[in-house]
Amino acid sequence: MSEKILMKGNEALGEAAIQAGCRHFFGYPITPQTELAAYMSKKMPKIGGTYLQAESEIAAINMVLGAASAGVRAMTSSSSPGISLKTEGISYIAGSDVPALIINVQRGGPGLGGIQPSQSDYWQATRAAGHGDFHLLVYAPSTVQEMVDLVFLAFDKGDEYRMPAMILADGMLGQMMEPVEFKEREQKAPIEKPWAVNGHKNERPHNIINSLYLDPHELENLNIKRFEKYKRVIENEQKSVEYMTQDAEYIVVAFGASARVAHSAVDMAREQGIKVGLFRPVTLWPFPEKALKTTVESTKKYLCVEMSMGQMIDDVKLATECRRPVEFFGRTGGVIPTVDEVFGAIKKLGGGN
Amino acid sequence: MLKLRRFNIICGHYGSGKTNLALNMALKGALEGKKITVVDLDTVNPYFRTAEYKSLLSEYDIELIAPQFAATNLDIPSLPPEINSIFLKNDRYVIVDVGGDDAGATVLGCFSARIKSIDDFSLLYVINKYRPLTQTGAEADEILKEIESASRLKATAIVNNSHLQGITTSEDILSSLKYAENVSSLTALPIEATVVPDFLEQELKDKINNLYPVKIIVKPPWAN
Repeated sequence: MSEKILMKGNEALGEAAIQAGCRHFFGYPITPQTELAAYMSKKMPKIGGTYLQAESEIAAINMVLGAASAGVRAMTSSSSPGISLKTEGISYIAGSDVPALIINVQRGGPGLGGIQPSQSDYWQATRAAGHGDFHLLVYAPSTVQEMVDLVFLAFDKGDEYRMPAMILADGMLGQMMEPVEFKEREQKAPIEKPWAVNGHKNERPHNIINSLYLDPHELENLNIKRFEKYKRVIENEQKSVEYMTQDAEYIVVAFGASARVAHSAVDMAREQGIKVGLFRPVTLWPFPEKALKTTVESTKKYLCVEMSMGQMIDDVKLATECRRPVEFFGRTGGVIPTVDEVFGAIKKLGGGN
Repeated sequence: MLKLRRFNIICGHYGSGKTNLALNMALKGALEGKKITVVDLDTVNPYFRTAEYKSLLSEYDIELIAPQFAATNLDIPSLPPEINSIFLKNDRYVIVDVGGDDAGATVLGCFSARIKSIDDFSLLYVINKYRPLTQTGAEADEILKEIESASRLKATAIVNNSHLQGITTSEDILSSLKYAENVSSLTALPIEATVVPDFLEQELKDKINNLYPVKIIVKPPWAN
């Protein structure tokens, strides 16, 4: 499949996972993510993989923990309320130092919320995807093609760092269709997983996957070690994309579907001579603070555009060390900001109406 | 050329372009002075559905019948009672936009007996060579069989809607003709139309017999 085909974001996530070597999908249906599970249910049986619709989200994430513990690439997908149910299992996966992929096709919240697109799980993904001291790698695609590319990266980086990774998409990206290309990828040798519980064959001591520690000092040491790993992740894995930031006086910071709206709004503003650019975080954790920090000297103001009440603002303030004002424009509850609305917010940065 | 019949049902695989085709058929019919009713019978898709184009349709005086909670936050695919009126409106042309695959076509089953009693009806099977699960004739044939079984209706014709959205080239469409013929021979259905985005109409009008130009109406909110 090296030519372009037309895919829904949800299907593209599924196909990318299969091509990245994932043969173990455990899920539970929820709008607006369901096509991903549906795609897996059609494809997995044909290629000798496992598609399993579990009895609940909680069961599904624990099946991911089990499969990933055996060293295979395993994943689950859901949408916001379903991810909340999975957070216990996500914490166990992180506490067991097991790589796995979790996909969140976000919808409006809190509570049962609604089925329209949203980005209001930013805090959950980057701050508290479960209890305890841990982080997830969090990737935020903004096109269907990028959904494909980031699934490969999320699996690779998860394996490399032995930690769970999340694709934080939203209903709009999940449901929309765009042309995508599955490029021929270099066949990399699968990363060794000497820790996996896949049968010791009397050739090594048996492995244990566990997140329970009877001695608090043992747990403390493990957490400290894990945070040394996170430091390496923060140092090496930040990703962002900039558009027209070279001469920008104002920078819009947006990710995912909001960044698509913001991109069009930046084009509109540029046509009117407003020097504005777009900074698009691709990793939300680690937040691309190094790249954003380099823009501070030449930037007068930042504008966060989100489909939430403004959950990314703090990260922008931290990255820019509060040296410039950070304004906000957002819509929430399943409402997508329009290009005109964001253009209006950009004009206001310079004092215009 | 796609003939607007008294009753037009549009089926196909997810993302084959049913909604965009339904909207174009409705607008063309309205411009010809016909009274049109569009039925959003999609009980599967949460977004990108005809119900979202209510204001566009009303500009053309096109009646829209949609599930009560379509395009809202409620995930309940209930049908409105007005849906029964489509069988009574002898003065109107009805275009039914059905959800994808057999899952979407299941709802048609409860109307199958009444649909079969209509003289002038078409059940169009929309295909797109560039969709991953219908890229071969055999795959497209398999999905049609599932749709026919779920809906308890037989398709009457194929609409070749092979495209790659805004980056579709003439070459993409020309290279889909053979695929459509293959689907046609496997399913024993005629190809009623080859859909072409309006920006390629001039290039292709002499090369394709049954060309049906369409505007791209269904697109994400940030697209121009």
